Amino acid sequence: MTSFRADYGGLIDRSRELKFSFDGKPYQGFAGDTLASALLANGVRVVGRSFKYHRPRGVWSAWVDEPNAIMAVTLNGRELPNCLATTTMLEDGMQVRSVNAWPSAAFDLKGGLDIFHRWLCAGFYYKTFIWPNWHMFEPAIRKMAGLGSVSTDVIDDYVSDQIHEHCDVLVVGAGAAGLVAARTAAEAGHKVVLADDHHAPGGSLYQVDRVEGRAPQDWIDEQVTALQAAGGRLLCSSTAFGVYDHGLVGLIECGHFATAPRLWRLRCARVVLATGALDRPMTFADNDKPGVMSLFGAAELLARYGVVPGREIALISNHSLFKNAVQQLESAGAKVRVLEASTTALQARGRKVLSGVSVDGQHYQADALLVSAGLTPLVHLWCHAGGKLQWCEQRQTFLPGAPPAQMTAIGAANGTFDLAAALDEARAAGSGQSASRSDAAVQFTPHWPAPNSTGRQWIDFQHDVTLKDIELAARENYVSVEHLKRYTTLGMAADQGKTSNMAGLAAMATIQGVDIPHVGTTAFRPPFVPVPLEAYHGHHTKSHYHPVKRLVLEPQHRAANAALCEYGGWLRPGWYGSGERDAIIQVEAKMARDSAGILDASPLGKIEVMGPDAEDFVNFVYYNSVGNLKPGHIRYGFMLSESGFVFDDGVISRVDQHKFVISCSSSHVDSVRNHLESWRQDGNDPARIFVHDMTQQWATVTVTGPKAREILASLDLGIDLAADAFPHMTFREADYQASSVRVARVSFTGDTSFEVSIRASRAPLLWNTLLAAAAPLGGGPIGIEALSILRTEKGYIMVGKDMDGETMPHDLGFGGPREKKNTAFVGDRSLHGAMANERDRKTLVGLTVADGAPPLPIGAHAISETSSPRSIGYVTSSYQSPNLGRPVALGLIENGHDRIGESIHIRHREQFRSATIAPVCAFDPQGARLNA
Amino acid sequence: MQIFSCPFCGPRDEREFHYVAEAGKTRPDTTQSISDAEWATYLYAQRNEKGAVREVWMHMTCAELFLMERDSVTMEVLRTQGLREGDQ
Repeated sequence: MTSFRADYGGLIDRSRELKFSFDGKPYQGFAGDTLASALLANGVRVVGRSFKYHRPRGVWSAWVDEPNAIMAVTLNGRELPNCLATTTMLEDGMQVRSVNAWPSAAFDLKGGLDIFHRWLCAGFYYKTFIWPNWHMFEPAIRKMAGLGSVSTDVIDDYVSDQIHEHCDVLVVGAGAAGLVAARTAAEAGHKVVLADDHHAPGGSLYQVDRVEGRAPQDWIDEQVTALQAAGGRLLCSSTAFGVYDHGLVGLIECGHFATAPRLWRLRCARVVLATGALDRPMTFADNDKPGVMSLFGAAELLARYGVVPGREIALISNHSLFKNAVQQLESAGAKVRVLEASTTALQARGRKVLSGVSVDGQHYQADALLVSAGLTPLVHLWCHAGGKLQWCEQRQTFLPGAPPAQMTAIGAANGTFDLAAALDEARAAGSGQSASRSDAAVQFTPHWPAPNSTGRQWIDFQHDVTLKDIELAARENYVSVEHLKRYTTLGMAADQGKTSNMAGLAAMATIQGVDIPHVGTTAFRPPFVPVPLEAYHGHHTKSHYHPVKRLVLEPQHRAANAALCEYGGWLRPGWYGSGERDAIIQVEAKMARDSAGILDASPLGKIEVMGPDAEDFVNFVYYNSVGNLKPGHIRYGFMLSESGFVFDDGVISRVDQHKFVISCSSSHVDSVRNHLESWRQDGNDPARIFVHDMTQQWATVTVTGPKAREILASLDLGIDLAADAFPHMTFREADYQASSVRVARVSFTGDTSFEVSIRASRAPLLWNTLLAAAAPLGGGPIGIEALSILRTEKGYIMVGKDMDGETMPHDLGFGGPREKKNTAFVGDRSLHGAMANERDRKTLVGLTVADGAPPLPIGAHAISETSSPRSIGYVTSSYQSPNLGRPVALGLIENGHDRIGESIHIRHREQFRSATIAPVCAFDPQGARLNA
Repeated sequence: MQIFSCPFCGPRDEREFHYVAEAGKTRPDTTQSISDAEWATYLYAQRNEKGAVREVWMHMTCAELFLMERDSVTMEVLRTQGLREGDQ
């Protein structure tokens, strides 16, 4: 194809050509290419522009450590921003664009920004906070920040599978050491998973001619076959990105482009890290010039993709491991010149891309400069798990030190760069022995950044941090490695400093005159590579995240054309019919007062509390006294938290001496049950109290209104329904069509109401019968919205709506038990603290508006009439009342109980209103209808 | 994600559990006089120890409260037992 592709070798399929475009120009690659290898093979050198200065940048490496080659890719209408070109596999038809560059990476209009670099130094924007003014720069900086832009198109079916698995041994990295360790462990009878982030296992083995006397591919195949024969499992394209508590390792398995990766939650008894090592860049003048590449990255590009990085190559390294690479490059037809140079003597030359190298003023022509300033073992997972690092002077790097529980590092990840020694370690680790690290067979000459040298020298390529920035941070006393990181943004880009952290902290060490381990490293945190947030939740989202609870009568409501909405976790009818919403709700609220409303109240809590100690127990968990409640009677009351705040309200019925039914708020059943269980088990004798949640087993239909008694009579329950025979706040048990029913005379509307509870399976019969009886009397079904109007007219609160997290019962007008109850109850002492006694507590009041004025907005604040107005409370419920012909509202207002009749100012956004504080009950304050 | 062992159900994912309280806290007898400071200590003071801790947890799916001893640094679970088993 071109002279940058070797005629043979690599894992690519030269018989399958793939077409793609880059910045609008068409190119061709082969199956098995990455975007980066295909571009390099086509002779493309400038693949992007840098983050801050828009400097031209080229490919640095062959895999996850790549800082520069970040691209926006579109395939079949699916677009992803910020794809790493070195790890994105080429697919036919890909349209690839460079990011941070316009119109193209090669000719970027913002390239001129580079001349302003003196003013865009480290901490530039922190300084503008102080002078002259951050807001002058903010719009421009926000616009320029970031790399690719996110497409607004949602990718359909982008849902990550979630896989939960466990194994005895997880081996991370299927290079030489990983393959052997996994095979050994599997053959010893362990359940083994071998995970590797490449498409094909083998790590860097393709760079060498022979492994244990065999061709690399044959040797790799033999290990994989033996592993699988022994029951081991090989996961390719799978990156172990984090180690979490109790042996959990997170992996993402990537598929085709723009398909959601799979998330593996793998629980491992033991982990063997064979993650290898990364090449380190050299810090010298203009070291970011396209054409300057990682030595081992270039060797890998040749070995896996048959890409030759240049025709005339210069090479500098601080160790002797380069010899094999030179031999491979030369046999692929490149000319290689090995140079020796200190960083201060070296400069990359060329206008936009590399054209040569200067060493102490001596010029050498080169189209590629391969550098290696040493190897950094990949210890991320080691550190996630709590492992320590130790500095190795001989290898000039940090190595795994004190190990975390159940983890071993082998091979290059352990600083063992010699193949034979790595295989010995792998066999030991595979058979469960602790391996001792052999002495370094390779010498590394210290080769670190030289502060105060000339030229612009890049430390962090992805975030445009230079050696001068590190020097500036040191001058301004940001010397701690964690401060240095945040001040300069060193290592804070998407690559998380894979290529830059070592150079940065080494530079700081030199400036400070201390050794490198004294400076230390920043904390390694998951994920090792960027993971789409989508991967973490998979299907556990939207309606699957918090499924709504469904009513047993839902088919009946749907048949009646109910508008089903979510109320407190339940899907319930908001109103019935398809006309204009507000008009229907008004009609329903009026009907309930004129004739009758039928309401599905099934979500109301029905928690049974039984046992010999039940009475003392409910008396303790209730604010109100329950001990003197007689069987057959019902009482309204509150449960409090120990802080004295209202936790729930509702009614409690006493069935007999040792049995109560707690009817808590519909949305609070689970939390009330847990509250009761906590006090039952921790503080009481659980053998003498039983708590049984029957909410889902019993359906409840409420009949309310002046015709309620007549409608209920149609059930023919054999109960005397007369007002004096069956008074308010009592209940009766009866049989209806051979099923037990409990009829409670309680009211959330202020009219005569009966709540009829029946086993769930019999609910449709009950519902249909009651509706049929109501119709001729002008009654019918009502939804939650109409109910909200009715209870607001009466000043009945809804927990969580007409109160806030600091509301105590005396704020709601229920101060009696606080003064009188003489047995202990949850929250009692808190009702007598300084806070509970404050005069300006927000208390529940009614709010009225001037004649003809519309309802107050819910959530509107009442504001003080002081020179600097402040909030003195807010509107909690507000509706137009069809029964009073005016708006009704409830609010929590400071010292409201003492201010009945006062006028207050209400503010909602830019709307100013006034209201008068009134008693909470606006409808039938004497309760004549309630007791009728 | 951690694995906790409910004494009733066995080992389960941490998402099924809720923390309840540090173990060993006794509710003052509120029928007697209690100072503000004493009540505030009961409500808000936490030992928040580093290392081995004893806590009460609830397994939400079976509503069992139990004692868990664990290491707040390494996250290792040392022991779980029912609230009324053995020593307390």
